Amino acid sequence: MEKPFNNKAWLLVIPVFILVAISAIIPIMTVVNYSVQDSFGNNQFFWAGTEWFQQVLESERFHNALMRNILFSLIILAIEIPLGIAIALTMPKKGIWVPVCLVLMALPLLIPWNVVGTIWQVFGRSDIGLLGYTLHNMGVDYNYATNVFDAWITIIVMDVWHWTSLVVLLCYAGLVSIPEAYYQAARIDGASRWAVFRYIQLPKLKGVLIIAFLLRFMDSFMIYTEPFVLTGGGPGNSTTFMSIDLVKLAIGQFDLGPAAAMSLVYQLIIITICYVFFTVMKNTGVDKSATGGEPK
Amino acid sequence: MAQITLDKLAHSYLPNPQTDADFALKEIDHVWQDGGAYALLGPSGCGKTTLLNIISGLLIPSKGHILFGNEDVTNLQPEERNIAQVFQFPVVYDTMSVRENLAFPLVNRGVERGEIEKRVAEMIEILDMSDKADRKAQGLTADEKQKISLGRGLVRYDVNAILFDEPLTVIDPHMKWQLRTKLKDLHRQLGHTMIYVTHDQTEALTFADKVVVMYEGEVVQIGTPEELFDQPAHTFVGYFIGSPGMNVLPAEVSGKKAKIGTQTVSLPKGYKGLNGQTEIGIRPEFVSFTSGKGGLPVEVSSVEDIGRFKIVRASLEGQQINAVLGEGETIPANPKIVFDSAKINVYERSHLVKGEA
Repeated sequence: MEKPFNNKAWLLVIPVFILVAISAIIPIMTVVNYSVQDSFGNNQFFWAGTEWFQQVLESERFHNALMRNILFSLIILAIEIPLGIAIALTMPKKGIWVPVCLVLMALPLLIPWNVVGTIWQVFGRSDIGLLGYTLHNMGVDYNYATNVFDAWITIIVMDVWHWTSLVVLLCYAGLVSIPEAYYQAARIDGASRWAVFRYIQLPKLKGVLIIAFLLRFMDSFMIYTEPFVLTGGGPGNSTTFMSIDLVKLAIGQFDLGPAAAMSLVYQLIIITICYVFFTVMKNTGVDKSATGGEPK
Repeated sequence: MAQITLDKLAHSYLPNPQTDADFALKEIDHVWQDGGAYALLGPSGCGKTTLLNIISGLLIPSKGHILFGNEDVTNLQPEERNIAQVFQFPVVYDTMSVRENLAFPLVNRGVERGEIEKRVAEMIEILDMSDKADRKAQGLTADEKQKISLGRGLVRYDVNAILFDEPLTVIDPHMKWQLRTKLKDLHRQLGHTMIYVTHDQTEALTFADKVVVMYEGEVVQIGTPEELFDQPAHTFVGYFIGSPGMNVLPAEVSGKKAKIGTQTVSLPKGYKGLNGQTEIGIRPEFVSFTSGKGGLPVEVSSVEDIGRFKIVRASLEGQQINAVLGEGETIPANPKIVFDSAKINVYERSHLVKGEA
């Protein structure tokens, strides 16, 4: 049968095209427009070329914020991924405790970002917060508003509390889907608990772990609300991540040009990293599809 | 390697089994010879996998004991029993190469490195996988994976038994035959006790020396393929084995006569004192058509041509009966059938009754 060829199908793409244009392309082009101009009052704009980009890339402020972002994401991943796997491994596979565990795990995920920030802000205060008060009375000098180390610890613990559940739930789903026969075969082969994890569970979790890794990386790299609510970027600039810095620049100082240039660079970094992850994911997919095997 | 003794074994998945019906596996008492090839055959839910899991140690029976040789292993864990098992879905360690997969059980048992290499090399030879030995197990076909899971058992020389849980389910039809032949070869070559669970009679009959037929949690017959064919101990065995299965007709049996409705058939042996429901069983292969005197008149309802022979579906005194018609044979105008009387079996309450000469 001949396949009919005509170009009418393009019509079907038009709604998506319009939506994407309104929601993404046009705003981005506005940003691009700002990034190459200098703005003054009375809506006067002057051509600035690549000046703002050079300024952003050379600015120590941007470098520092980027470094803070990378450090934060690395710490978050290093804690949440292993912890998530460990918790998923200890969760029951059947019985009445399964729904209880799942609901408990899902709870933090349901809380909005700014509420999480507020909860921990209060929780950590030494006058009325349970944590802060307890630590204070134990003689620990804990103050997230003045001590850089305390501020970081608080934000990290807060993120771990908020998001480890996501990793747990993904890993749990991966673990439950492993057929019982694998465990039985491993017992018969005399495999140790570690060998079962290393050669059965971990390889089977590869797929969900990549997704968990990707989600947690993107989310933590764009973190804004929690540190904003908790510390407002301080003490000093110690918890000023790129997103916070960007908002300060754009709305606080109203430097539209540099802010636009910075947001484009920020976006480029995220796109690059996502591309790398996407490639990794695609390659894993190829390995997986070969599992079915082809007839000889 | 060892002989396996099932000593008054029974299992129920309920905590407090009361009646017979509560048992997934009803009492079984049998000795399986060292080096034998046994097949557990039966429909889904008949308890064959339960029995297999008891032998492998994944389940502890509610009653009775299981012995390997003279050792009571009833309460031993699978890893302590020294058995191997091949599952329905091939289990391989994806991230390991074929060679590493085969070495895995030996490494776990702390076998010395040189010995491991020697045995694994040997096993790769036996399995005909030398060209794939260093490939990752992940990309292999289902039958190759199944060979590896078998190899992981065989590589331990001293396994007491190798258990197969419907190992050919996910294998392509043309590879099934090849893998089955390989199994048979390995059994001959290495002489392990093999226990093979299946619901496929062809697999069971070609693989095993002794077939254990199970039905509703009960072992109804243990016998060679010939015995199952010629003298099914239970009407279930009669129609489960053979294609089409045995004809089972309700009949009144007394002395050397059996009455089916208004017709009478003579039996090779005499039967006395039967009570309860009696039936006679005759395989379609031993039912033939005649145009002469003395046959039983039947009405033919359909004929299925399946190539080498035809299956005739007919009714005798209102009872459904099948006959096998060889090549070139035809059905006469007024069809009558005769039974090969030596091949008639008599059943009382579904169980075979031995007649007196």
